[in-house]
Amino acid sequence: MSKSLEAGGSQENGKLLLLGAYFDFIRIRFLTMLAYRVNYYSGILIYTLNIGVNYFTWKAIYGGGESLGGFTSAQMTTYVAVSWMARAFYFNNLDREISSDIRDGSIAIQFIRPYNYVLVKMMQGLGEGLFRFLMLMIPGMVVAVLLFPVELPTDPAAWIGFLVMLFFSFLISSQINVITGLSAFFVENNEGVMRMKRVIVDLFSGLIVPISLFPGWLSSVLDVLPFQAITYLPGSVFTGRVQGVGIWNVLGIQVFWFLVLLIPIVWLYYAARKRLFVQGG
Amino acid sequence: MYHLGLLWEYLKNYMKTRLTYRADFWVEVISDLLFQATNFIFIMVIFMHTESLGGWNQNEVVFVYGFFMVPFGVFSCFVNMWNFSERYIVKGEMDRVLTRPAHNLFQILLENVDPPSLIGSFIGLVIMAISGANLGLPFEWWTIPVLLLLTLSAVAIYTGIYTALTSLSFYSDAPTGILPLMYNIQNYGRYPVTIYNRAIQVLLTWIIPFAFVGIYPAALFLQRDEMRGMAILTPVVGAVFLSIGLLCWNYGVKRYKGAGS
Repeated sequence: MSKSLEAGGSQENGKLLLLGAYFDFIRIRFLTMLAYRVNYYSGILIYTLNIGVNYFTWKAIYGGGESLGGFTSAQMTTYVAVSWMARAFYFNNLDREISSDIRDGSIAIQFIRPYNYVLVKMMQGLGEGLFRFLMLMIPGMVVAVLLFPVELPTDPAAWIGFLVMLFFSFLISSQINVITGLSAFFVENNEGVMRMKRVIVDLFSGLIVPISLFPGWLSSVLDVLPFQAITYLPGSVFTGRVQGVGIWNVLGIQVFWFLVLLIPIVWLYYAARKRLFVQGG
Repeated sequence: MYHLGLLWEYLKNYMKTRLTYRADFWVEVISDLLFQATNFIFIMVIFMHTESLGGWNQNEVVFVYGFFMVPFGVFSCFVNMWNFSERYIVKGEMDRVLTRPAHNLFQILLENVDPPSLIGSFIGLVIMAISGANLGLPFEWWTIPVLLLLTLSAVAIYTGIYTALTSLSFYSDAPTGILPLMYNIQNYGRYPVTIYNRAIQVLLTWIIPFAFVGIYPAALFLQRDEMRGMAILTPVVGAVFLSIGLLCWNYGVKRYKGAGS
């Protein structure tokens, strides 16, 4: 990087420098999280407990029954485990971070810096996600596989498809968080909005109940909402309910929502810059 | 009397701040209701696919859920320490609290009262009444006093657990992710614990006793004899866990040296 600095301040170098800065945001967040890793060991335990409780609840619901909403009992176990572990990865508090930046006014400083604030938040989210993936999701998955009858996919396409989709889960979930966070520009205290978002995402993404088990009208509503792209679609690939060409289709849905959600973010970002007034300072 | 007076003053202050942000107030009430509604949807969906959950029918599970909402609403109203670490430790407000005469925990709870949460308790009572009527449960002379006692015990359990966990902030200033996760786990106390395996049952009964804020006490009204003993134990568990929580807290405060800001 220092070499490009010497080469003079051409625009090309400036861009490279900025790109490097964005990568540094990922790195720094990852290292910050690493410093607090001990706190996350309890996270593995608690996520395992979540899987356990849901596993036994579904077992009681199945009773002797064979299939519910197209899920066999074994698929359901796998689905529950992988959905919770995916959440361990994609979950972050970008909404809280953004709205506290807005509330304490530090967003004003962030806005005048030569980077894109939303992009920086996404990068920090990615750094956190990377940490969560390595320190929470992978070990958690190992524990879950040891404790519960989880069936891992044998088809490499399912693995690759799942990992790509998991990344999009992260993107979409973070986009929703960014939108929720930026809403603080418009309703100074957005605690309620954030709480509402959390509940809606957990329920409507299919984490608590797979979408195909909802009553028909509700699942057809959820089919046209972005939440299914966070948990339900990747989970369906991992459990092998969606295979072959189907994987491309569900990936297409995720890409579609990723692009669509960019629109409100860009709009909010510019509307917010115009609207910004700092409370008290 | 002194403490009641303080409570009144803080509530007046609360109303004043809330009236400045009227829209937020309603957003919060609606988000609370929505939260309850989603849990309700879960129960409805379950019973679309099965007749009974571990031997409990839909009305019984809904009744337990109604009971669960009552102490939870009271607890969320008076004990609201989600941002304790950030606000009091990191930003140093704890120092201000400690210089005042009333007990520090009491002050912190008062500064964060959240009366809209009580709406959840009322809805819980309505749900209990409706599903109770569907089940033909008798309304005895002891129903209301026992409901009060069990609600207070359950609130004591919540308060004990969350106070103990929050007091961890005195020992480490790191952002702990435990509280929100615990929030998930407490919901498991409102399903028949007998559907879980032994380890989870023991955990939810004796270690983080969330079964005592939902299924056990509610079973008393549902005349479920197999859980009567547990239901009667609720006040004891409440007292024990509240004491543990307060001990952890007071010890933490003694160790507290300020964040230096």
